[in-house]
Amino acid sequence: MASAIPPGDPAVPQGPRPRRAFSARNITLYGALVLIAAYYALPLYVMIVTSLKTMPEIRLGNIFSPPVQITFQPWIKAWAEACTGLNCDGLSRGFWNSVRITVPSVAISIAIASINGYALSLWRFRGSEMFFGILVFGAFIPYQVLIYPIVILLRDIGLYGTLWGLIIVHSIFGMPILTLLFRNYFGSIPEELFKAARVDGAGFWGIFFRVMLPMSLPIVVVAMILQVTGIWNDFLFGVIYTKPDLYPMTVQLNNIVNSVQGVKEYNVNMAATLLTGLVPLIVYFVSGKLFVRGIAAGAVKG
Amino acid sequence: MPETQRPSQLLRNLNAKVASVPMILTAMFVFVGGTLWTVLYSFTDSKLLPRLHFVGLSQYDRLWSTARWIVSIENLAIYGVLSLVFSLVIGFVLAALLDQKIRFENVFRTIFLYPFALSFIVTGLVWQWILNPDFGVQHIIRGLGFSKFVFDPLYNQEIVIYGVLIAGLWQGTGLIMCLMLAGLRGIDEEIWKAARVDGIPMWKTYIFIIIPMMRPVFITTLVIIASGIVKLYDLIVAQTGGGPGISSEVPAKYVYDFMFRAQNLGQGFAASTMMLLAVAIVIIPWAYLEFGGKKRG
Amino acid sequence: MKLMTALLAASAFCGATIANATDLEVTHWWTSGGESAAVKEFAKAFDATGNHWVDGAIAGSGDTARPIMVSRITGGDPMGATQFNHGRQAEELVQAGLMRNLDDVAKAEHWADVINPKSLLEGCTYQGHIYCVPVNIHAWQWLWLSNAAFAKANLPVPANWEEFVADGPALRKAGIQPLALGQQSWQVTGLFNNLILALGGKDLYLKIFQDKDAKVAAGPDMAKIFKAADDARQLAQGSNVQDWNQATNMVITAKAAAQSMGDWAQGEFQVAKQVAGKDYTCLPGLGEPNPYITTGGDSIYFPKLSDPAKSAAQEVLAKVMLSPATQVAFNLKKGSMPVRGDVDLSTANDCMKKGLAILKAGNVIKSTDELISPDTTTQINDLMSQFFNDMSITPDDAQKKFAAIIGTAN
Repeated sequence: MASAIPPGDPAVPQGPRPRRAFSARNITLYGALVLIAAYYALPLYVMIVTSLKTMPEIRLGNIFSPPVQITFQPWIKAWAEACTGLNCDGLSRGFWNSVRITVPSVAISIAIASINGYALSLWRFRGSEMFFGILVFGAFIPYQVLIYPIVILLRDIGLYGTLWGLIIVHSIFGMPILTLLFRNYFGSIPEELFKAARVDGAGFWGIFFRVMLPMSLPIVVVAMILQVTGIWNDFLFGVIYTKPDLYPMTVQLNNIVNSVQGVKEYNVNMAATLLTGLVPLIVYFVSGKLFVRGIAAGAVKG
Repeated sequence: MPETQRPSQLLRNLNAKVASVPMILTAMFVFVGGTLWTVLYSFTDSKLLPRLHFVGLSQYDRLWSTARWIVSIENLAIYGVLSLVFSLVIGFVLAALLDQKIRFENVFRTIFLYPFALSFIVTGLVWQWILNPDFGVQHIIRGLGFSKFVFDPLYNQEIVIYGVLIAGLWQGTGLIMCLMLAGLRGIDEEIWKAARVDGIPMWKTYIFIIIPMMRPVFITTLVIIASGIVKLYDLIVAQTGGGPGISSEVPAKYVYDFMFRAQNLGQGFAASTMMLLAVAIVIIPWAYLEFGGKKRG
Repeated sequence: MKLMTALLAASAFCGATIANATDLEVTHWWTSGGESAAVKEFAKAFDATGNHWVDGAIAGSGDTARPIMVSRITGGDPMGATQFNHGRQAEELVQAGLMRNLDDVAKAEHWADVINPKSLLEGCTYQGHIYCVPVNIHAWQWLWLSNAAFAKANLPVPANWEEFVADGPALRKAGIQPLALGQQSWQVTGLFNNLILALGGKDLYLKIFQDKDAKVAAGPDMAKIFKAADDARQLAQGSNVQDWNQATNMVITAKAAAQSMGDWAQGEFQVAKQVAGKDYTCLPGLGEPNPYITTGGDSIYFPKLSDPAKSAAQEVLAKVMLSPATQVAFNLKKGSMPVRGDVDLSTANDCMKKGLAILKAGNVIKSTDELISPDTTTQINDLMSQFFNDMSITPDDAQKKFAAIIGTAN
């Protein structure tokens, strides 16, 4: 795996940015990155050009060729006009519902999981490892299998059909992986740091908020990426555990792209998919600023 | 909070115990409870609705005499091994490349990660097109004069699972890259400086120093990849629907198809019980080794 | 949290409607362009009665929509009405007492007299009570042919299955895919069932699917059908598409000569501005003499509700859906056939008129959805898609497995 990185090159990987832009190392590095990026972007390219074509052109044409005549109609239709049953307002209909679902679900699931991970790595108690083992096992349960038991559970605690019910469901299904993520991250933070804080008299919550949380930015980013993507794109839980006035945007997306016995409009399908993916995309791009080095290392010294 | 430091067995670590209540409830009621519920109903003849009419092991008899189930397991084994290896290697290499203080890191990272954000109902369709011999890659390359070129992974029973793998890696490696990157960013800069002072080549530093230090990250990644493999479903539905024939069927699809399409909950639960049993057989010894006695990882 | 409460309150406010109208949520999977237009006809007619249709569209048919509907009903938060296919999908919900019976409406509206064919109402009847409203008929038994493809191969457009099979080699020679067939297993089974009914006849079809007679399934009559299926899989070789509409598109663009698919395929021809008779040919019952069609389609079921106003609205909805005007408006948009014989469909196109004539002649038969359980259907789907994709499975082998499935069918 290391072969992709020029071996034996004396250039320093962690030093200041090299002055010379066209060194052999840079050409190899950027060449590799651009090539790989092209592979990753190819299906996106197909989606974008398809979304800009008219249906007759799609029926005849080459999937890779750029549109002969660019049309933005599919995008407009996907966002504002596509009908599902009575409602002809496209994806825009569910957008705010998706926001209302995603923001609290992401926040709460990450809050719960980070505390879990913190307790499991630094404040172990009798049986904590067993619960963690069960959680890891839970990551492997196909979630469709749990649909009916959770319906019964939510019905019995009176939250079936509510936003809070859905937030709980997202927190439950996010918990195994996120807890694992935080537990292993906190576990790799130097122990001296924790001990020093204890000596200073900080308790469970004090250490968590003042020491651990500020150091865990990169892992919070990963957790956010996971949860925002998963919850924003979730369709099944959104429809099963809520009511139509709370349906997320993905219900419309599914209705646009997934009909069985009707005429399929590929250009609108592509536009709708790309539009739905925009919110996670923005999160990826913006949150990238938090992928910074050396938070943990700096804290040790300080 | 002094009580956390004064050891009285029950109150010891009280804050940690209180904070873990949601986790304990989830573990016991949802995962343990849900699993027991599933196992219980796998011994019934439940159809559309769960009902307790026991039929012994007959769901399991039928399961193991169904050709599709056997094919599903074989596919999962092939896909699982390849996906695990390639995801780890590609994810780590991408992260290492991005960790070279490059320009436009944000742009590259977003490109690699974007497939993860897109619903597979439609991206699966795009991969269908790209891998379609009549208008995808094969068509383009033949158009360039290589008229014997054959590339039809989705329409050849022997290799269809590799066609699925191409799209699966495309979709999933971005996330693995991010995990690895977060791990790399957590490594103390001093380590690199020391390695450089000692004149250790970069690739050696990665393999012998950095990767062992990233053990917790690798374990997290391993679990994420493995659980994704076991639950593999959307990708297959969107790309091949299990075809050609039944050659790209997987266990999770068997479970859902029997639960919801065939309206045979009992059969679906029997299949998922077998899956969970297999997972338990792997996880319990691992958990024992991982937690057994050691205080901190 | 304050923000959230405010948002919730705001949405509740927007969602509020005129006080005296009763809101009734209807879940269904009619979401494509034509289907949405059809649903609108239902909603318009229902809203005209002073009530309000709350649309709960969820695409994806059985495997996606069904767990959602079942969860809602068993979770104690049922919708006002919900779609299922004709047949046995909702049987257990009825058994569990979760659905209300419609005997009073049915009696007042004389459903027993107006619904045609009668088998549709039988499909809605459980232990003597009526539990659903059939709203349309979709027939599977069509062969769609591209006139341009046959012209390109210098062949006359065939009039039946045998002629089409005979044209196979000539079509291949002309570089045309003889039979377009999507990879999804339900499409393969659909083709196979069409062969049983068209080539084997009504009696064979009923012996297999109604009587579940394993002897007949293993017998010489079925052996002929498996021979025909063997022809079909040879003709379908090289048809590298997944979705049914991609296969239809091959016929539209004359890349393929034929496809056997239900009447919904017609929508694709219409959108591509093709004219029946001129650009494409449709053969009901695969062009065999005395064609029969199966009466698949959709029914609406009504969960039991505690609110009397909503229960009354359910009855209104049931009535409205079967009124002649709504039936015509809905089915013309949906591209399906109405469930009552006394309506005027002079505006239907040529292919649909052929179908209506068969319906009128009474040549109808229950669809496999109504005769066998979804479990058995899934097993047959798996077998058929294996048989069509793996040439090493002989027709004999496949028939033996098929007979075994029929033997244990329910």
